[in-house]
Amino acid sequence: MISKEEVERIARLARLELSKDEIKKMQKDLSEILDYFNLLKKAPKPEKMEKTEGDLRATRKDEVISSHDITDELISAAPDKKDGYIKVKEIF
Amino acid sequence: MDLIGLTIKQAHEGLKNKEFTSVDLTKAYLEKIKKSDLNAFISITEDLALQQAEEADRKIASSSQILRSKTSEDKGEFGMLCGIPCAIKDAIMVDGQKCTAASKILENYVAPYDATVIKRLKEQGAVILGKTNTDEFTMGASTENSAFGVVKNPHDKTRVAGGSSGGSAASVAADEAIYSLGSDTGGSIRQPASFCGVVGLCPTYGAVSRYGLIPHASSLDQIGPIGKTVEDVKIVFEAILGKDKMDATSVEYKFEEAEVDLKDLKIGVPKEYFAKGLDPEVEKLIRSSIEKAEKAGAKIIEISLPATEYALACYYIIGPSEISANLARFDGIKYGLSIQDGNLLDVYLKSRGEGFGDEVKRRIMIGTYCLSSGYYDAYYKKAQEVRQLICQDFANAFKRVDLLFCPVSPFPAFKIGEKADDPLSMYLADIYTVATKLAGLPGLSLPVGKVGNLPVGLQIIGNHFEESKILSVALWIENN
Repeated sequence: MISKEEVERIARLARLELSKDEIKKMQKDLSEILDYFNLLKKAPKPEKMEKTEGDLRATRKDEVISSHDITDELISAAPDKKDGYIKVKEIF
Repeated sequence: MDLIGLTIKQAHEGLKNKEFTSVDLTKAYLEKIKKSDLNAFISITEDLALQQAEEADRKIASSSQILRSKTSEDKGEFGMLCGIPCAIKDAIMVDGQKCTAASKILENYVAPYDATVIKRLKEQGAVILGKTNTDEFTMGASTENSAFGVVKNPHDKTRVAGGSSGGSAASVAADEAIYSLGSDTGGSIRQPASFCGVVGLCPTYGAVSRYGLIPHASSLDQIGPIGKTVEDVKIVFEAILGKDKMDATSVEYKFEEAEVDLKDLKIGVPKEYFAKGLDPEVEKLIRSSIEKAEKAGAKIIEISLPATEYALACYYIIGPSEISANLARFDGIKYGLSIQDGNLLDVYLKSRGEGFGDEVKRRIMIGTYCLSSGYYDAYYKKAQEVRQLICQDFANAFKRVDLLFCPVSPFPAFKIGEKADDPLSMYLADIYTVATKLAGLPGLSLPVGKVGNLPVGLQIIGNHFEESKILSVALWIENN
């Protein structure tokens, strides 16, 4: 069983606040799921493959493409904003 | 004339022959949705729908005038989707309308722009009735993970409609929309289509733009149509496919209609998809579809996809890993629920802790774990290797056969609550649908019979960008 401390560490990394009950349930669920993943240990290594037709990870030039301007709509979706800027709590 | 229960083509003919207007049609469907207790919709976009219907009616009227006066080169034809009411999964953005992804964290979020698929439907004159229910952030196989309650199966209200596009499938099955859009990351179009007895197509990865779809796992997500018939699905697919500059993974796609002669067809039957765990009644229906094709002259070849046993584990590592990165954007600052309590870190922790439901949290945790230092090689890297094996399996299969026939789901719709507390058994519901996604392949669910009163779907899998072959064979089975 994955430990309470381990669940808390992962939750912290994931920026999730979990209640005591959630941590307990997560210990059980994650353990079962991670155990299931052990199945992959016996999978063979793939041969070095050529690019298949299914490999669609196309690349493109890293250049700015101007599109419709929706700055106002995006800003207005923020819960806290002022003068066209999104407000964030101070970090120092 | 009964306005409810028409296919796209029937409704189009009705509009053309002036038997009814798009406004009549739209009102009839809105009425039906309001009376329904299936919970297929999260929101009804009534104002938008009526405005679009009026616009469509104007377009239809002016096109028939052109037709009468014959003064124009324009034949006066209006598009097949013009004036036809549809439903959109609530993970796809419609400008100015709420888009919740069935999550509390986006409960009040208003979409600031149209998804590319919506833009394309609007250009065709589509009428959008509302936004359909789904598992939260499309993560689930039953819509029980929705923050807005479960969708009931129209064939048996004690059972789930499947998921995650449960609302999109149920709405079409219950005639609360003529067609709908869903999205499929691990089976989310095909499985609910199977459970609800409608046709659902998950296109090849890259065939349809994902721009404006709230992301789940970006290397797997794909938008696709759900309809009453194969022809309806084809019409919608043709309207939404193709390259979009806003989605770098979308590709140029020239869809060419194919008429496949079954005598020239080689159908592969993957033996791993008929193994233990498959409901014998489901198997019987799938086998009888295979026989039907065989009798019509198709060559049936048993094949093996040896990496099948790893597909589910592979999917539930890669999916959640991408989820943990994709959902980092929900930070309580840019949009959505924000709990302003304590310092900046507290805002993150509390907004996310409060806003996400159990399954989303679980997947973020799995993904974060699999990507974390010390575990990356054993989980994420290993899963990427296995993904290669799965791609290779399918590539080998398609050297020998044209299409694959197999079940969509090992069982018909299950009871509401039956798997809700057991995440792993819920994951197992995806066993026949995840592998194709890892390989980026298209798949279609076609209703081929019922177990009791519960529909069963045949899955037809094709090679990349061979949707026309899938659709042609599906149409033949539907008609025979």
